[in-house]
Amino acid sequence: MKRYQLGEFEEVVMLTVGILHSEAYGVSIKKEIEKRLSRNVSVGALQTALRRLEDKEYLRSHEGAATEERAGRPKKYFQITALGKRAMEYSKSTRDELWSAIPKLAWGLKIIGLEGNL
Amino acid sequence: MKNPPKLFLRFFRWFCHPKLLKYIEGDLIELYEERVKEKGKRNADLRFFIDVLLLFRPSIIKPAEGYQQLNTYGMYKSYFKIGWRNLVKNKGYSFINIGGLAMGMAVAMLISLWVYDELSFNKYHENYETIAQVYRSNNWGGELEASTSHVTGLGTLLKTEYGSHFKNVAMIRARTEERVLAFGENKFTQSGYFMQPEGAEILTLKMLRGTQQGLKDIKSLLLSESTAKKLFGDADPINQVVTMDAKWDLKVTGVYEDLPKNSTFNDAAYFAPLDLYIDGWGSLTSWDNYFVYIYVQINPEGNFEEISRIIKNVMLAHVDTETKETKPEIFLQPMSKWHLDSEFKDGELVTSKRMMSVWYYSAIGIFVLLLACINFMNLSTARSEKRAKEVGIRKSIGSLRSQLIQQFFGETLLVAGIAAVIALIVVQLSMPWFNDVSDKNISMPIGNPIFWMICIGFTLFTGLLAGSYPALYLSSFNAVKILKGTFKAGSFAMLPRRVLVVLQFTVSITLTIGTIVFYQQIQFAKNRPAGYSRANLIGMRTASPEYKGQYQAIRNELKNTNMVEEIAETNYSIIDTRGWNGGFSWHGQKYDQTFNTIFVTHEYGQTIGWEFVLGRDFSRAFPSDLSGIVINESALEILGLENPVGESLAWQDRGNFKIVGVVKDMVKGSPYEPTDPSIIFLSENDMQWLYIKIKSDASAHEALPKIQSVLASIVPSAPFDYTFADEAYGAKFRAEERIGKLATLFSAFALIISCLGLFGLASFMAEQRTKEIGIRKIMGASVTNLWKMLSKDFVVMVIVSCSLAVPLSFYFMTSWLGQYEYRTTISWNIFAVTGIGALLITLLTVSFQAIKAAMVNPVKSLRSE
Repeated sequence: MKRYQLGEFEEVVMLTVGILHSEAYGVSIKKEIEKRLSRNVSVGALQTALRRLEDKEYLRSHEGAATEERAGRPKKYFQITALGKRAMEYSKSTRDELWSAIPKLAWGLKIIGLEGNL
Repeated sequence: MKNPPKLFLRFFRWFCHPKLLKYIEGDLIELYEERVKEKGKRNADLRFFIDVLLLFRPSIIKPAEGYQQLNTYGMYKSYFKIGWRNLVKNKGYSFINIGGLAMGMAVAMLISLWVYDELSFNKYHENYETIAQVYRSNNWGGELEASTSHVTGLGTLLKTEYGSHFKNVAMIRARTEERVLAFGENKFTQSGYFMQPEGAEILTLKMLRGTQQGLKDIKSLLLSESTAKKLFGDADPINQVVTMDAKWDLKVTGVYEDLPKNSTFNDAAYFAPLDLYIDGWGSLTSWDNYFVYIYVQINPEGNFEEISRIIKNVMLAHVDTETKETKPEIFLQPMSKWHLDSEFKDGELVTSKRMMSVWYYSAIGIFVLLLACINFMNLSTARSEKRAKEVGIRKSIGSLRSQLIQQFFGETLLVAGIAAVIALIVVQLSMPWFNDVSDKNISMPIGNPIFWMICIGFTLFTGLLAGSYPALYLSSFNAVKILKGTFKAGSFAMLPRRVLVVLQFTVSITLTIGTIVFYQQIQFAKNRPAGYSRANLIGMRTASPEYKGQYQAIRNELKNTNMVEEIAETNYSIIDTRGWNGGFSWHGQKYDQTFNTIFVTHEYGQTIGWEFVLGRDFSRAFPSDLSGIVINESALEILGLENPVGESLAWQDRGNFKIVGVVKDMVKGSPYEPTDPSIIFLSENDMQWLYIKIKSDASAHEALPKIQSVLASIVPSAPFDYTFADEAYGAKFRAEERIGKLATLFSAFALIISCLGLFGLASFMAEQRTKEIGIRKIMGASVTNLWKMLSKDFVVMVIVSCSLAVPLSFYFMTSWLGQYEYRTTISWNIFAVTGIGALLITLLTVSFQAIKAAMVNPVKSLRSE
């Protein structure tokens, strides 16, 4: 099976695109992430992530109508592809699996074990 | 409305990938406008600046510089790919194309290496630029004759009185001298030069041992590397004593690197002092014996013409009045001219035979290459219709004509490149064989960058030449017409192709006729009656003082073996024309001409089997024969005597000689020239050559060991170095045979290449007319009909070529034969045979394709769409 690769920031972007549904474009995604996670997102970082996700075919885009407020520049809307959805599900399920595999006792011992190794 | 700062926006627009530009710019502007409203322009400007800076990262920046180049690279890749696919798809054509071109290139490369070798003759000698040979022209009754043999007085004079003009002057015994060199049990006959000590420095002999000054002592000797190896093996030869001709003990004072094949002195196995040569009979100041060459090395700032002018008349003050009348003039011939530019006729330099063969080969090389290129052009244009659609589509997509030209040139360069690699391999593999045939020692200068540059240039040139026609022709097609299907390369397109085929065949047929005439001439000269018999005749130099007075003893012993018919001695080899003397008169009437004078023993005639026209042979029965002579027919013609036998000739103050017989002319010199007038005298002193006629019923295989043992018992110090007169005579033809062999090879290549082209073209024609042939067959055409139809075109072309080639070759060959005195006539049947041969070959080539096409079941050929 092909491994789905999804970085942390990429996952955030994917999820945001999902939240925004059909209204996801550069500025709206940026604002949504900033609002929900209260972290600063630069246009550059976001655009890079979008590009990467598009290359991986997790996102697809289409051109929106040009509006006056953007000096006539069109918006580029993003949507999650089927592949993108599977990648997100894979990412979530692997985490859930890992979470559930942690024995209750471990929460106390883990730190000691780590220290021992160090 | 506020706008974002222009500078940053421009910067952003400059670096951003064009595909993303408008969306991201939209986002930036939207954010900017918002920020202006919320926090004011300054803040918005600053944030805009930061955003732009943070956008400056690899995935956003356009694929930087070279975006444009990358695109063209892709185009070239596509050209290459399409070209390669075309080659692979049409394997037959590709084979003919590449094979033909490779063959042409290989021939051209071999020829250029050969020509280069000829042009770089003597460059081994470091003083190449400043060395000259001294020439002299004499006026013999209105005819100027240039010669190189001089009196020793001249050399000494140049050295002593004109020394300021020369760095070095050296006299060398004219021609090589064969001598027996012996060290212990090792005895070899070697040819070498007798030379003054300065010669080694002039010729810049590369000394492996000893020094260039080695010849200062009269009893010294310089050996070539290979001679030294033969005599001494791996031992150090320096200061060892070598015996020359069992007479002189010479100390080896140096060993020099063998002189290369392309040096005038390449046959020098040794250099011995000139003083030794003249010891006891000559001096360095004689003015009446012409037996040395004089070589000079001028000062670097000197100039040959100027010095020639200064020394022009130096001989006049020293020679006798008779010589003075011939106006001897001295001039210098620079080393660069020796090999290719030293043939004089009536005092003027004329194009030498060697130079002519250089021109001849160069012409063949160019022609063969041209033929291969023509093939290439022909096949490419013929196949162009198949690629017309490609051109149409490329054009309608937007290819410029120049791009199409580029594409097709690219393809031809690809093919030329492959062909060049194959040609290089072929040349490398055939080098030993080629050296053998051409008597050269050429190797591919693989380590030489200039060679590779020439190779690449050569390939480019060939590729561009071969590709010019298809590239310019294919690209000129009209896109609309091609795609509509109305395009048809009609009869007009056939015309240039036909012209090229005719040109090809004209060249091939001309070369073939030339080669045949050439061989006929050699054969003609070989069949020339030589006037004596060379079968079972062996000759050797009497290279030892022990021979003296032993003639009768040797003769008796040899005849006792029952293997030997007869033996004779003579002062010159029977196959050369040395020994010229004048001063003969008959009843006080003087003859101006000089005669070839030969001294022989009584048995000479029986040994070599000469043929008498008048009179009789020398005989021991008549003691008076000792002052008798035999003359040949040419001599008789000059003497102009009605009844020569019994007449007496006076020879200066040597007395009267009675003519006892007249023999047929004997071919001793060049078999292409008239024979020399000869007078043959009897003598038994100072003989140089011993000839032994083996009985015709005895095999040489059995006879030679017996002869050897006899000679070993009587003259033990002489080596048994014999030559068969047959072989020695055959050597006279070697130069011509060599040219003939190469010419055959090259014209064969020309013909093969032409046929390859024809084959390709015929197969293409047949393929193109598949449908037509199918329909014709259905309508009732027979295979013969179709064969005729398909072959007719080509036959006509070849007939046209023949009618062009015949007068052309006739003209060339007549002028070529003109240089030979003794020459064959060009008969019409050479042309007939060549013409019919060419036709037959054409028919064979074409018929194969024609019959194949005509035999195909029409159902198959018509169903194909």
